[in-house]
Amino acid sequence: MDKIILIIKREYLTRVKKRSFIVMTILGPVMLAALFIVPVYFAQMEGEIKKIGIADETGLFTHEFSSTENLNFIILDSDIEAAKQRIVPDELYALLYIPKTELSLPQSAVLYSPKQPNIIVKGFISNIMKKKVESLKLEASGIDPAILTSIKTDINLVTVKMNEGGEEENSSTELSMAVGFIGGILIYIFIFMYGAQVMRGVIEEKTNRIVEVIVSSVKPFQLMIGKITGVAMVGLTQFALWIILTLIIVSVFFSVYSHEFSTYKSSNLKLQENTIVPPTGTQTSIPADEINESLTAVFDSIQSIHFVVLIGAFLFYFVGGYLLYGALFAAIGSAVDSETDTQQFMLPLTVPLILSIAISQFIMVNPDGPAAFWLSIFPLTSPVIMMIRIPFGVPYTDLLISITLLILGFLGATWLAAKIYRTGILMYGKKISYKELWKWIRY
Amino acid sequence: MNTLFEARNITKQFADHRALSQVSISVPEQSIYGLLGPNGAGKTTLIRIINQITAPDSGELYFHSRKLKPEDIYKIGYLPEERGLYKKMQVGEQAIYLARLKGLSKSDSQKKLKYWFGKFEIEAWWNKKVEELSKGMQQKVQFIITVIHEPELLIFDEPFSGFDPINVNLIKDEIFEVKKRGGTIIFSTHNMASVEELCDTIALIDKSKKILEGTVKDIKSEYKANTFEIVYTGNQARLNSFAGSTFSLINHSTSDGRNKASIRIINGRSPNDLLSELLPNFTILSFNEILPTMNDIFIKKVKENK
Repeated sequence: MDKIILIIKREYLTRVKKRSFIVMTILGPVMLAALFIVPVYFAQMEGEIKKIGIADETGLFTHEFSSTENLNFIILDSDIEAAKQRIVPDELYALLYIPKTELSLPQSAVLYSPKQPNIIVKGFISNIMKKKVESLKLEASGIDPAILTSIKTDINLVTVKMNEGGEEENSSTELSMAVGFIGGILIYIFIFMYGAQVMRGVIEEKTNRIVEVIVSSVKPFQLMIGKITGVAMVGLTQFALWIILTLIIVSVFFSVYSHEFSTYKSSNLKLQENTIVPPTGTQTSIPADEINESLTAVFDSIQSIHFVVLIGAFLFYFVGGYLLYGALFAAIGSAVDSETDTQQFMLPLTVPLILSIAISQFIMVNPDGPAAFWLSIFPLTSPVIMMIRIPFGVPYTDLLISITLLILGFLGATWLAAKIYRTGILMYGKKISYKELWKWIRY
Repeated sequence: MNTLFEARNITKQFADHRALSQVSISVPEQSIYGLLGPNGAGKTTLIRIINQITAPDSGELYFHSRKLKPEDIYKIGYLPEERGLYKKMQVGEQAIYLARLKGLSKSDSQKKLKYWFGKFEIEAWWNKKVEELSKGMQQKVQFIITVIHEPELLIFDEPFSGFDPINVNLIKDEIFEVKKRGGTIIFSTHNMASVEELCDTIALIDKSKKILEGTVKDIKSEYKANTFEIVYTGNQARLNSFAGSTFSLINHSTSDGRNKASIRIINGRSPNDLLSELLPNFTILSFNEILPTMNDIFIKKVKENK
């Protein structure tokens, strides 16, 4: 046992000290953090106040455009030619020109600007105009806009899952899908990245010819298990560091820019408010309530996924899937002389993995169908597929079968791999076929 | 002399060929035991079985006259023919790792390695990566790793391949040194000259069977063919006329007026009979017994086994 620990330590330390590991560990979180930060940062840059001139020949909209923190509306002389002259000296972002209409209500306007105006500004303006015109039309047909607003309803569809005992649980399909899918993808990435590392490690020992020196001190099985475990710990370290560093970078960024960030948020909220405030002024309390309700719904459904089960299952399939594939990757590494010879043996391993990801969309649509069932109990696909299925609710019998089969699969794969491994590592300069592997397994 | 290691009736069958059949060897304590045989004879398989890397299909292994145990691996040092080191790892770090796999503690291995690195004058390599060393340098490190845990039994498979002549001598001296301190060495090689120089006892394995075992001295005298070399002055035709009853002429050459003849004594006569017959008629300048070289015996036995 202490020999295995010694091997794990070496496998772990040599990899963790490698430059490529350090680079990846730093680059990963930077890229991940960038995913959070960049959109916010760009939105921030747009945060400067834009002056927009309004030349309204109809006179209908003059009071509709109230300035926000991002947009500053200036009412100009309705003479469009005079107004145009002011774009440059007044540093206007854009000039809105609403031409006079004779009979009908205005339905078009022109936005002059030195550069292409952004889509949010365009949306904001057209929204205000639309509201005004609509309310004018309503007035014209004798309907009070306040009534219309009061009958406007947003349907919040809360899905409730009934379990076998007849108890009700809240669930949120969208969130389930996201959690399950991300879990599945993580397992897939982990297996591929670190399974391949195990294989490369075995090939390295073989081509270095150090393997015979080592197996004269420890059993081939100990070396194999030590390597698989050591590499797993490298992987877990990298994942942990990625999560921690990403959180640090993101939180440092947001605490440094917290002031601007809050401004951005409030102005954003204001934009929303503007769009829902009825033109006549009386504001009802409905929108705020709605927001609260949907937040609670999300929160409830997060709890409903049974986080303990989900995290437990994730850890199990994460580790179990890796161990299963790790053993098989080690066997492949032992059977070949160089990485270029691995192709023919890699195929039976990559196909089920890629299939799992490729079929995941289908599984999400139909999480209880026969395909989902069979793939979620077959050990080579179950780590990814079961993660996708679990958030939708999986019968405990399915889960039990799947877990049992994965454990058996792992034991079987390790047994098989050990047989191939102990022969393979001492075999040089021979092109190995499946037939040859079968012979190794038998004796 | 006590027997340190013994293999009895070892048989090993691989899927499509038999590597060893009923092979027994007995290695005396504090000696150098040569394991000889052509390529593919089964030497490496036998060595791997001794190292418990592979298990025999049948047969027993004894160490100090008791059954070989898994822990005995720490009393055995093995330098395989296919050998190497982790290229990207530092020499010292790697040596400690391999020494600890052989059961040494961290501090022990450090202490012993310092001694050996000093002895081989390679202290400066401690923090170098293995890939920065030349092949010969790597072999030195490899040798140290093999002997670092002071094993009772050392197994060298073709130890001199890859060494330059200076390092070959260095290693030879170390092998003798190990023997002097009480160690036992199993030594597998194709190099017959080094067998004559180093080995006390040998076993010859061919086509999965042991076909010869014994001390080098005994084997040589067993395989001497009663042949002698005489250098004489006189007439070759005259010598020919004597041949027949006491000896037969195998080979003859003349240079600088000296005749050299290889002859075999026959009909159960002794060298003295030969001399008494020749002395009255020729001037004998030298008279030597020709002992077979291990090379001759090797080739002869392997050919016979065809």
